[in-house]
Amino acid sequence: MATVELTLKSLEGPVDPDWCPGCGDFGVLKCLKEAIVELKIAPHNVLVVSGIGCSSNLPGFIHAYGVHSLHGRALPVATGAALANHDLHVVAVGGDGDGFGIGMGHFIHAMRRNLNLTYIVMDNEVYGLTTGQASPTTTEGHKTKSTPRGNVEKPIQPLALAIATGATYVARGFSGEPKQLTKLIAGAIAHKGFSLIDVFSPCVTFNKINTYPWFKERVYKLEDGPYDSADLMAAMEKSLEWGSRIPIGLLYRHEKPTYEDTEPVLTKGPLVDQPLGVGRELFAEVLAETM
Amino acid sequence: MATEITVGIAGAAGDGLDRTGDTLARTAARLGLHLYTYNSYQSLIRGGHTWLRLRLAEEKVDNHGDHLTVLVSLNQDGLERHAREVEPGGAIIFNSARFNCDPALVPDGVALVPLPLPDLTAGLGKIQPVMQNTAALGALLHLIGFDLEVTAEILHETFKKKGQEIIDQNIGVLRAGHAHAAKKFPALDCPWKFSRKRRPVVTGNHMIALGAVAGGCKFYSAYPMSPASFILHWLAAHSEQLGVLVKQAEDELAVMNLAIGAGHAGVRSMCATSGGGFALMSEAIGMAGMIETPVVVVNVQRGGPSTGLPTKTEQGDLNQAIGASQGDFPRVIMAPRDATDCFHTAVEAFNLAETFQLPVIIISDLLLGEHRSTVDPEAIPSQVPIERGEWVEALSPDDAQNGGYKRYALTPSGVSPRARPGREGLIYVSGTDDHDEHGILISDEHTNPAIRRKMHEKRMRKMDGVRARLQPPALEGRAGAEVTLIGWGSTWSVIQEAAAQLNRAGIAANQLHFKYIHPFHGAEASAILKACRRTIVVENSFSGQFARHLRAESGFTVDHVLTRYDGEPFEPAYIAERVKTLLAGKPVDLEVQEHEAREMAYHHIRIHMQDRARPRRLRKVPGAAYGEPVWAVELVNRADARPEGMLVIGATTGAGYGWHQAVPSLLGETSSAIFESSAGLPAGADPDAAPAKHAH
Repeated sequence: MATVELTLKSLEGPVDPDWCPGCGDFGVLKCLKEAIVELKIAPHNVLVVSGIGCSSNLPGFIHAYGVHSLHGRALPVATGAALANHDLHVVAVGGDGDGFGIGMGHFIHAMRRNLNLTYIVMDNEVYGLTTGQASPTTTEGHKTKSTPRGNVEKPIQPLALAIATGATYVARGFSGEPKQLTKLIAGAIAHKGFSLIDVFSPCVTFNKINTYPWFKERVYKLEDGPYDSADLMAAMEKSLEWGSRIPIGLLYRHEKPTYEDTEPVLTKGPLVDQPLGVGRELFAEVLAETM
Repeated sequence: MATEITVGIAGAAGDGLDRTGDTLARTAARLGLHLYTYNSYQSLIRGGHTWLRLRLAEEKVDNHGDHLTVLVSLNQDGLERHAREVEPGGAIIFNSARFNCDPALVPDGVALVPLPLPDLTAGLGKIQPVMQNTAALGALLHLIGFDLEVTAEILHETFKKKGQEIIDQNIGVLRAGHAHAAKKFPALDCPWKFSRKRRPVVTGNHMIALGAVAGGCKFYSAYPMSPASFILHWLAAHSEQLGVLVKQAEDELAVMNLAIGAGHAGVRSMCATSGGGFALMSEAIGMAGMIETPVVVVNVQRGGPSTGLPTKTEQGDLNQAIGASQGDFPRVIMAPRDATDCFHTAVEAFNLAETFQLPVIIISDLLLGEHRSTVDPEAIPSQVPIERGEWVEALSPDDAQNGGYKRYALTPSGVSPRARPGREGLIYVSGTDDHDEHGILISDEHTNPAIRRKMHEKRMRKMDGVRARLQPPALEGRAGAEVTLIGWGSTWSVIQEAAAQLNRAGIAANQLHFKYIHPFHGAEASAILKACRRTIVVENSFSGQFARHLRAESGFTVDHVLTRYDGEPFEPAYIAERVKTLLAGKPVDLEVQEHEAREMAYHHIRIHMQDRARPRRLRKVPGAAYGEPVWAVELVNRADARPEGMLVIGATTGAGYGWHQAVPSLLGETSSAIFESSAGLPAGADPDAAPAKHAH
């Protein structure tokens, strides 16, 4: 069959997004599609893996291979797929509850491995699909359905964790800044290694505090000032900056061999293309160890 | 009658017992004998009591049997605990420079073979204490009529990397032990016919790993957990050589999801764990069922519940495997019966997983997973059938007209040909929410009961296809037997042997064994069992999980369930004796047995008496404490045999009623009176007073 021209339109999924009108996730979806067009990646070479939550419905809305997996498990499923076929561009997506709550253990360990995959978190600081409970990034004092007297727990600092843990591309985006976000996503997919983009993606229904105007008043772009994204300590400092000024952009980038580069079995090409079974001589050799 | 013996090696973890057992096992295997080893060990790196039994035989053996021919004890404890188990015609080997063996413990007709170790090895340089094992092994080789040179060759290979000096010293010590025994003791009666056919000595874990790679496994993920860790270790060590990617992950949640991710991308993937890890994998196993991803999961069961008995065997995870994860989804559960079967089960598991696009659970257990036996090399071929199921390589004109590739096409078999992510024109999304033929969700906003019904039926329909492919169960042994013993998984061999013992005792017995647990051949099982005279399920679980499963699937209720749940595997005589009891219409005795009271006493001595005592005499006396009979256990000092007191253990509940120095006030009698009077417990002892008098 003739290859379809790669456009935003050709990347549309079979169904329209079911997000609330105004949801930040629309912006993230559009920027992801734009990044794929910009990088000229054929959609069949993209595998989008998500967990469960509003934002995790994204794979259904884009024309690419996808796994809409279990709550919190996007990263291990993505990891298994990436190791099985490292020719695929694997993009994991999901929300802050999915990634930093139930999936936190996987988040940390996936970054340690520096796998060549991209993780986009649509961070709205609330559980949306379950109608508005406190999430791991909900700010202190924020009243939600599950914290009627105000949240007493400190929010997770995903970017600081990422930098400390070994992610080699760490960025923060805002769905209200689509041009920058497209660039960040394209950079992440092109990056060899684990890339994290934590995206402020406001929930217009259940988070009346961290709204578009709230972010617009506070965010500033790192690329507008003098900033060196190769400087680990500077990145760590920026990752913790919060309050009246919140940085967005590429915080940290570092080149090092990926997990796939260092795995000897993968030097012979993608696992999925390798022959199955064991030859007679090799079989006899390993059996002889037991005699 | 074929010649066979059982050698028991007792010691503490760290005594080098495994190495000695390994050398003996390899020697036997090179001589062409069959063997089975059972290691009753504990979750300790050093210390504790380890008890390794090696059954060496001219014919194939797949359990450790009922006998003990030679005891090799590497410490004092081993002599005290196991000397009395040695059978007439047998022998006890120990280092007489360090330990002594109370002649009262030695049965008639058993030879004591003390080895005066420092003298024996004079002139061989500085001898490490652990090398007492090698001298004992040399003496053993003489007693059981094994070829010393075969063992010397194995030691040569073992110590090759450590240099000639170490090799010479070890072989020197081996020869010294052998020469000493040959000079002083006659060999036992072992008329071996050595075939010298070399066979692999393997475990079930090993065979699952080897079967998996022979069957095309390319991806293995795991989190360390006994008793499944060997699969991880073996595959990791052979990863590059065999081309299988091995990934240790942060927890079993990740392990299962990694394997599913890899399976979804198109490689044969497997993971293994034990019960606790399997519990964490459960949700994802359901995902594999829902998104129709092939994956193989191995549960090497250990004693439960919870952390349970990490180093002991049980078949207690059957309910968990059947019930793993929410909702109904197609799954296959298989339980291999021995090491050879583990190899073929792994191969079959991948073929079923890919043909039917579903999770396959292999249930093994610690006994099968960790215990070593010989297998015939011709029974484990390198080239095995690999069936990858139906695949789509390009978009069909039909699908092109109808909204694209249907990943979950509704088909008569329930199997929808799958496409590998990365293929042009076949893009789809797999969702854990229920979905239509294209994979589009029919869950939240746009639920559709009609599509849901047909999709659910499609998935479950695959089970009919699986069932039709599996070999139904069949009776083994004489038809019309007086009793039919029913088992599943790893108990096959021990039940075969128990049935043979019953047959020899004049009770006609046969076996109905189940390897395929789910889907189950309910109608076939029912037809067979209805024609049986007496039926007894034999299983290593407390509640008889298999008996209940059998009833649920076949409607057949067995006459009796014979369970064992103390962490130990069945032995043939253990089964045969209890079967006789049940056939006689009597219940199985669940009272604390004498050897169990002794084990309880050892526990007390270790925890509360710094190991200074040992139990000397035991006597069951009626009615004390909760109104139950009690075991009075006389404790004496290990060094000088002076009385240390008496331990009182409930014979029904097993309650520890405390221990009493010198004069046992609890029982109102001196210990000598209890052990020497014929009446046992004196009348008038106050039963209610007992629990309050706990010594600790």
